[in-house]
Amino acid sequence: MTIEIPILSLVTFLPLVGAFFIFLVRGEEEIVARNSRNLALWTTLVTFALSLLLIPNFDTQADGFQFVERFEWISGVGLNYYLGVDGISVWFVLLSTFLTPLCVLASWKSIKTRVKDYMIAFLILETLMVGMFCALDFVLFYIFFEGVLIPMFLIIGIWGGPRRVYSAFKFFLFTLAGSVLMLIAILAIYSIHGTMDIPSLLSAPIPSDLQYWLWLAFFASFAVKVPMWPVHTWLPDAHVEAPTAGSVILAGVLLKMGGYGFLRFSLPMLPEASEFFAPFVFTLSIIAIIYTSLVALVQEDMKKLIAYSSIAHMGFVTIGIFTFNQQGIEGAIFQMLSHGIVSAALFLCVGVVYDRMHSREISTYGGLVHRMPVYAFVFLVFTLGSIGLPGTSGFVGEFLSLAGAFLVSSWVAVPASLGVILGAAYMLWLYRRVIFGELVKDNLKDILDLDRREIFIFAPLVVLVIWMGVYPSYFLDIIHVSVTGLIEDMSLSRVVTDATSAIH
Amino acid sequence: MNGLPNFLPALPEIFLVLTVLGLIVYGAIKGEAESRFIGYIAVLALVVAQVLEMSLSPAHSVTFNGLFQSDRYSIYMKSLVLLGSALSLILSFDFQDHEKSERFEYPIFVLFATIGMMMMISANDLISLYVGLELQSLPLYVLAAMRRDTVKSSEAGLKYFVLGALSSGLLLYGASLLYGFTGTTEFSGLAAAFSESSGHPPLGVIFGLVFLLSGLAFKISAVPFHMWTPDVYEGAPTPVTAFFAAAPKIAAMALLVRVLVGPMGPLTAQWTQIIVFLSLASMILGSFAALNQTNIKRLMAYSSIAHVGFALVGLAAGNVDGVRGVLIYMTIYLFMTIGTFAIILNMRQHNRMVENIDDLAGLSKTHPMMAAAMAIFMFSMAGIPPLAGFFGKLYVFLAAVNAGLYTLAIIGVLTSVVGAFYYIRIIKLMYFDKPHEPIDRKVGRDNAIILTATALFILLFFIYPRPIISAATVASTSLFGGG
Repeated sequence: MTIEIPILSLVTFLPLVGAFFIFLVRGEEEIVARNSRNLALWTTLVTFALSLLLIPNFDTQADGFQFVERFEWISGVGLNYYLGVDGISVWFVLLSTFLTPLCVLASWKSIKTRVKDYMIAFLILETLMVGMFCALDFVLFYIFFEGVLIPMFLIIGIWGGPRRVYSAFKFFLFTLAGSVLMLIAILAIYSIHGTMDIPSLLSAPIPSDLQYWLWLAFFASFAVKVPMWPVHTWLPDAHVEAPTAGSVILAGVLLKMGGYGFLRFSLPMLPEASEFFAPFVFTLSIIAIIYTSLVALVQEDMKKLIAYSSIAHMGFVTIGIFTFNQQGIEGAIFQMLSHGIVSAALFLCVGVVYDRMHSREISTYGGLVHRMPVYAFVFLVFTLGSIGLPGTSGFVGEFLSLAGAFLVSSWVAVPASLGVILGAAYMLWLYRRVIFGELVKDNLKDILDLDRREIFIFAPLVVLVIWMGVYPSYFLDIIHVSVTGLIEDMSLSRVVTDATSAIH
Repeated sequence: MNGLPNFLPALPEIFLVLTVLGLIVYGAIKGEAESRFIGYIAVLALVVAQVLEMSLSPAHSVTFNGLFQSDRYSIYMKSLVLLGSALSLILSFDFQDHEKSERFEYPIFVLFATIGMMMMISANDLISLYVGLELQSLPLYVLAAMRRDTVKSSEAGLKYFVLGALSSGLLLYGASLLYGFTGTTEFSGLAAAFSESSGHPPLGVIFGLVFLLSGLAFKISAVPFHMWTPDVYEGAPTPVTAFFAAAPKIAAMALLVRVLVGPMGPLTAQWTQIIVFLSLASMILGSFAALNQTNIKRLMAYSSIAHVGFALVGLAAGNVDGVRGVLIYMTIYLFMTIGTFAIILNMRQHNRMVENIDDLAGLSKTHPMMAAAMAIFMFSMAGIPPLAGFFGKLYVFLAAVNAGLYTLAIIGVLTSVVGAFYYIRIIKLMYFDKPHEPIDRKVGRDNAIILTATALFILLFFIYPRPIISAATVASTSLFGGG
């Protein structure tokens, strides 16, 4: 069954249309705020519903891109408006469209100033995120990739915490510095092959002497996004200062842009360099996993703790990607999806208590289970998901990427596994300090449990974490063929590169 | 050689000259009372000249005994210059209302300078090049010192004049050296002479080239000939600064490209080295020196130096793609600059102009639309997609990478990150900080229209960039003798 509507364009630009309508809202501040919230919620919900159409219509047997839309955009240089998804990107599109309505809901009460601008920024952000995962033209991809900086910079800077200016600048400049180097790499690839068309570049050979430089340029961009140690320092700052929904999007989707970039560009286009640098990536990832886990253990701030745990979890992702085998890559993708759900949910959990107590300090809390049983349950599910308990989504991703890593080298897998243990330590300790114990603090005595809106936010997340943990093949089936194709592309362009270098 | 030369290719210039002479007489008779009327007529004349320019035959034609040429390139660049002059002239009306500094000479000088710029762009001979350059420069010196009762403005005028005269001298010296070694001042003759000695030009030619380039580098304010820019930008009355930042810079860039690609074409290997240096130095100095500025006009001066550096990245490639990049970059630069100055012209507190960057604090609360426009310009200048400024950078860097200038491209993008810092600092002030002393509410109608139009252009450029990009492509191809 095929459908003729340009579904990807609709999913990408519908939020922008919503943003435009919110922009037109006029009147008293209170009414404007209410209308903006409603408009944003409905736009994002409709977008999500539309994006759901992708799954039943997705051909799980076909390699290559589906739902392709293409027309000429700028002649001469040969830039095209070219969209399409494969098994790797389709879930990220859904992750973005799924998390955005939750973000709107999560900001329902906590954002009180400039609600209209806030909702516009979020809708623009959604367009850019979805567009980035769909783009099949290099320049189009770059526009979405870097365009994300504008709304995110404003979201952190306007609605963030006390050190928001510092964090927003750090976020902006770190990511910009990385991505401009990628721009040069993109232009260099263009100057070799004369096209910006991603699908045809996937198997196009690139001279080996240039591959290493290009790989490093891409790496500069993606490593900052992921983020990998030692360029991760912007992340804890950005997370701590961003409003809850900002953290959710940051952890849920923006970090995935780095991993997605490795999968989409570095591996298939620069296979030789990827193989050459794999030990380097493994080393950085292992350092990230162990180091940030230890740092997470001593955090006093809940958001910071989860931010550091994100870096550790993304370490598994980079390890999985650079194993170059089916298990590892599928594990990495699954881990990214799972982390997108779990860490987003954990930030929402922090947001719940932050809205009530206006403190992120772990020491402010304790014994919440006595007053907030539902919250305690929800938090438990996500804590276990983060640890990677079998039956939750976190397990599948970590297991697969570690399995892939063992195939490559146990020197990589063993220290990485150590990170799993450390992960359990800091998450359980966090849970114990916040939820269990006696409820001794006076200001916590009348704290309220989740209300209807919050339950509505968390219910789908809980369902997903367990669904992905119990029945992962529903998700993996779609990923499978594309990953096989990716591995073939890698070996294909390597063979061609060998052949061309043999000729020279 | 007999009879009248063909006037047609120079029709817009001739029309402007006649208009401006008429306006002088009219102004001298009627005095200051009619200066607004003269201003309107001047804008109208620029528009008419624009229409005439567009309706010229796009074929390459040379007239006035080889002194003057017209082709697609000159039409494109003159259109930009005319647009820049007209917009900055409109911006000045509101300012003059406020400052009660209306003088009928102002639009006349702008017109004279514009004619000079058009002459520069169309020059086909070192002599006409110099005449055009001086016709442009002299009114600019006067304009910088227009508010002769303030020390800063007089200082700006004097500084500009002394340094400008020096650079003209350098240029003239270079031109005389070139003449001495080749025996001709005509561009095609120079090109022929250079291609004979291709590969090993005489030392004197190299000297001439360097001097000529130094003179031109002064006009586009490329480092190390940029010293005048911050002081003149700061000292000159703000509408004059807007004019300086827009039209003359584009004209000088057009001339530089014309000279380097045309007569100096055979010496590409020699001059690209100089351009690479100018470009690097301008990008680096423009980005770093702007970091500590507190005056927004000085900031714009350094920012324009950096922009010139970025545009030169394209020229350094030394081929048709690079020139296309320069043209696209300068087009977008024009809109960003005019828009930004429209905002700076609205920065007044208690009816007095203010120029500190800090005065923009909290603008998003008091003037949400103005702040949004400024944010668009700043993100665009920083080169963040999908705004127009990104496409400008994309095309120049594309040309540089294609030409194998990786180091230049990498340093260029890294300095753009440094530059991004001061651009987003302005956004931070407007959006993250609280207003202390709000900017006056009243926004002039003309300003508001220009502001909206330029902001929409920058914001929506990416949707349909084709017309400008193909026009720039055609213009740059014609410069290389194609199309």
